[in-house]
This record gives sequence, C-alpha cells and structure tokens, in this order.
Amino acid sequence: MYVAVKGGERAIDNAHAWLAEERRGDRDVAELSLAQIREQLTLAVNRVMAEGSLYDPDLAALAIKQSRGDLIEAIFLMRAYRTTLPRFGYSAPVQTADMACDRRISATFKDAPGGQVLGPTFDYTHRLLDFKLAADGDVPDAPAAPPRAEPTPHIASFLRDEGLLQDEPLSDADPVDITRTPMSYPAGRAVRLQSLTRGDEGFILGMAYSTQRGYARNHAFVGELRIGKVDVALEIPELGFAIDIGEIELTECETVNQFTGSKTQPPQFTRGYGLVFGQSERKAIAMALVDRALRWKELGEDDLGAAAQDEEFILSHSDNIQATGFLEHIKLPHYVDFQSELELVRKLRREAEDTVATQVQEAAE
Amino acid sequence: MSDYNFAYLDEQTKRMIRRAILKGLAVPGYQVPFASREMPMPYGWGTGGVQVSAAVLTPQDRFKVIDQGADDTTNAVSIRKFFERTAGVDTTEDTRCASVIQTRHRIPEAPLSADQILVYQVPIPEPLRFLEPRETETRKMHSLQEYGLMHVKLYEDISRHGAIATSYAYPVQVADRYVMDPSPIPKFDNPKLDMAAIQLFGAGREQRIYAVPPHTKVVSLDFDDYPFDPSKADHACALCGADDSYLDEVIVDDAGGRMFMCSDTDYCRTRRDAGHVGTAEEAA
Repeated sequence: MYVAVKGGERAIDNAHAWLAEERRGDRDVAELSLAQIREQLTLAVNRVMAEGSLYDPDLAALAIKQSRGDLIEAIFLMRAYRTTLPRFGYSAPVQTADMACDRRISATFKDAPGGQVLGPTFDYTHRLLDFKLAADGDVPDAPAAPPRAEPTPHIASFLRDEGLLQDEPLSDADPVDITRTPMSYPAGRAVRLQSLTRGDEGFILGMAYSTQRGYARNHAFVGELRIGKVDVALEIPELGFAIDIGEIELTECETVNQFTGSKTQPPQFTRGYGLVFGQSERKAIAMALVDRALRWKELGEDDLGAAAQDEEFILSHSDNIQATGFLEHIKLPHYVDFQSELELVRKLRREAEDTVATQVQEAAE
Repeated sequence: MSDYNFAYLDEQTKRMIRRAILKGLAVPGYQVPFASREMPMPYGWGTGGVQVSAAVLTPQDRFKVIDQGADDTTNAVSIRKFFERTAGVDTTEDTRCASVIQTRHRIPEAPLSADQILVYQVPIPEPLRFLEPRETETRKMHSLQEYGLMHVKLYEDISRHGAIATSYAYPVQVADRYVMDPSPIPKFDNPKLDMAAIQLFGAGREQRIYAVPPHTKVVSLDFDDYPFDPSKADHACALCGADDSYLDEVIVDDAGGRMFMCSDTDYCRTRRDAGHVGTAEEAA
C-alpha cells in the first residue's frame, strides 16, 4: 500500500548536514578565514553590506562564507540579522562634502578643485586573466602621496553657484524609514532613494541601462563620482550634541542631466543622485540614472510609459530578497491548488468533448 | 534559545503587528498595511503568517502548522521547529487540541471553535491584482467598492469555458463590503470561511494583514444562474473512506495508477483511529 511521504524533519536535518559539508568543500584545501574574505573579496563584501543595509564588513564576510559565495543568500542573512538589532537612534546626515576621497572623478570638467583622483579602479586595466595571480599573489607596494588635507568641494556646487544646476528643495523633515513603515505610493524621493540604495544591483543596472537606450532617455553626465570615508555622527540626547561614532566608506554619484526648462523655469541642468555603502560605483551610477528617470513628474517631463519612469514598478520589484523569496517559493508543494486545477481542467475537457460528440452526432443525422 | 525574544520578534514589533490585526478585525476583509520585518525564512515562504503567529502566540498556546493540509510537509516542519525553538510553545498535530493553527493552502476539515485562531500564509493579498497590477489603482477600487472588473472576469470565464475557471484563491466578499482573497485554498474550503474561530491573514512580502472575525458573513462571488460550486474530486479517501474531505491525488505506479487520499492528514488519521477504512486498507 502507498504510504504518504513522511519524515520531513529527518530529511531536512540531513539536507542541512550535507549542505554544511558541501560548503566546506575538499578538506585538504585550507579553510577560508573571514579576514581573507573581508580583505580580498572586498567588493563582494561591499555589495552584501549595501543590499543588506548593514555596514559591518566582518558580518558580511561571515555571510559570504556561510552562503558559499551566493551573494543574494548572503544579503538575506544580513537582512535577517539586521532586523533583530535594537535601534538606538538615527545618525545625523553624513557630510559627503567632507569625505576623505580615495577616488574622485568628474566627466564634466577636465579639472576642478580637488583634482581628478583615479584611486583603486579597474577602469583602465586590460581585462586579461593574470595567470601570475594563480601562482603567487604577492604585490609590490603602490606609490603613495600625502592625502589632501582640506575637503574636496562637490562639482555640483560650482554649477549651482552659477544657477546652472537646479537646487534641491531643503527640508528638515524626518524622512520615512522604509524598514519601519510599509510602502505606499506615491512614495516620494526620500523613500525612492532608500529603496534604490538597497535594491538589487543587477535590477538597478538594467533599469538604468534601459534609460540610456531610449526608454525615457535622459542623457546623463557623471558630474562627479567620489569614493571615500565619511564620519558618522549621532546626537546623544543626554549630551545635547552630536559625537562621531565611527566612519564608513561610501560611493556617491551625482549626474548632470539635460533639461530644457519650462514656462516657469529658465533652462537649467538637473541631477540624479546615487549613494551606496562601500566602493560600489556601478551601483551608485545606475542608482543616479534611475533616480533621475523617476523624477519626471516633479520636473514636468512627459510620461513616456517607460519602466524606469514607473515608481511603483521599480520600487516593488527592486528588492532581491523579496524577489528571490517569492520566485523560489514555487518550489514548495502546491498539490492542493494543483489538484483543484486538475479537477477543473478535467471537467472542462469532459464538457468540451461532450459538445463535440453531440455536434458530430447531429451532423451524422 | 534565549538569544531572541519570545517568538523571535521584539515586543515593539509585535505591538505594531497586533495593532494591524485589531484594525483588520475591526474592518473585516480590509488589507491593513504593516511594516513587515525580514524574517529568517524567505519571503514567500510564510513570513506573513509567521509574523502574525509570533504576535498572537502566548506561552500557554498549543501550536499546529499545516501546509497543503499536512503536518509533515517540509515547510510546515520548518515553521513548527522555528516556534519550538524561539517560543518554546507546545506543538500538536491534533486540530482540536491546537489553540493557534498556521496554515498554507487549506482550512482543516474538523470544525474550529471559538477559542482557536487560524493564521493563513498569503502570497498575494490583493484579489484584484491579476486584473490590475497597480496597488494605487486597486486601493482606489476597494475604497469605492468598485468590483465590476472582478464580475466581468468571472463572466468572461463563463462565456469562454462555460464555468467560472477559478479553482483556488476563489474571491469572496466579506461582511457585504470588501472583496477578499482567501489565500490559495481550494474553493472546496470557501464555505468554511464563515466559522467560529478568528481568522487572520498575513502577507509578509506584500506588507498586508487582514482578518475575518468569528461568524462573519463570507460569500463566494457568483451569479444567480451560475452559483458557486465548491467541488472536489469525485472519490472517497482510499485510507479512511471519507467522502466529505478534500483529496490529494497520488500517482502510485508506472502505469499512471491513481489513488486519492485526504489532504488533511490529522482528519484522516483521526478517522482511521476511530475504525474507518478505505478501499486501500480493505485491499491490503
């Protein structure tokens, strides 16, 4: 006699044990340390921190190790951990104008105060596999120079001073925290930017790319891209003033976009904005393009029906933890709903066959 | 596991969820937005139901989890284990002994009573979603009680197929007001939605909670000349002989032989313990 599949509990335990073994791989090969992941897979660590919305390189390294290098799984581990942490308060806005820049480039001006600083970039490397790395990872020290002492001003500030770049409205209102408030539409720019910065890099990249190819085209110049460390300050109520509690690495991108002006406004450039944890410049640039595309309404542009202009579409599909969870849930048993579909299709087919049979009989008569 | 608060979520989060539940009970069938948390299981795997269960569980509760009607399906096992670890509550497979039952895709066959809570896992809470993908539009349609689109869809089904071609997640109207998605339960279960127990629906990824209070009128949408038909497979359970329960179809041999058995494993076991036998048992 058939016995319904039992023993789910043991099967799950065994699957997890096997997973742990597979994660470790060949035991003759040295085990990865978290420090190795943190120091040598830094860009993966950065992505996991950015999309996990938690700045902690050691935890991100642990998540990457635990997830066998599946970064979305690692991001999920970070999010699930983050949500359990108590919330002491909100930091003061970080001042990116005071950033200690490792990299700072502008595509709009050949030179500007602070200069063009390439920093540690892949940009001009030839993408040739370096077989030397396979044998020996030793590198000579890179040439060093004393860092710039004074802050590096934003490129946008030069355009703004001349009135060529649209000023963003100032507000002291507390922005909505998307991890504490359910999403509702229209979401507004503060919520959009929060969603985009933790959104899936691939999704944001694809959406940004679509605007470059003509779906709500708005040509973007990279006014400035800067990467470096900023201080994080927290106001302590007992003290009555803010103190620095640490520093984080950020990538910031401001794009300068064409804008022809309107009846009420003279022609002016407008901006898109991207800000992401760590060195994550592809994501920061993509975010700025998508941000700019989503601003069509406030800037009086036409709704071209493009995906990148559609706030609800972008925000409800950019989160890879939501997306992967729902996508993969179709692996779960669905035999009850499938059974009801089966019954329905059988019934409809029976009725259709009866109708055909009747017609054939009538035709014969 | 003392590293986490009782039932995993912190008390502030549970309060927020309880407020949403109370609002849902006060406005039956209305989808209440709530600030859903990331849970240690994936979105789409019952995070809404888990958050609702975490918010209503007390240390005295007896908790039951079913998926597809069964206590031993893998995800039901996983969720039950989660609450055993994080809440330390007693668990049971016996429907009648459970004070809180979390379910996916089924309503238990045994009638529930006033001292029980049934928590549903909901993938897409919006019954109008596949007719109108935009939340901004569907919220407007609910507030105006503008459900014509749904009736047109059901009508088109009849004109195309001769019957309403929705067999699960069959839309209902609650307390003569909101059209509600009962979650992907088979339509066979719809008549049970008017029950003595509290019914809570949690959609984690979509950040919505809704509820049906005890003894609330729940009507499956239909037409006078095409009345709602809660059909099921025209068989009896091969194990316990029940002809009033929802059945799973199982392929038993290479020749495509089929067997039908209760999807509600507790109902089936209870009947067999009481001496009922089906055709498979008689043959054995």
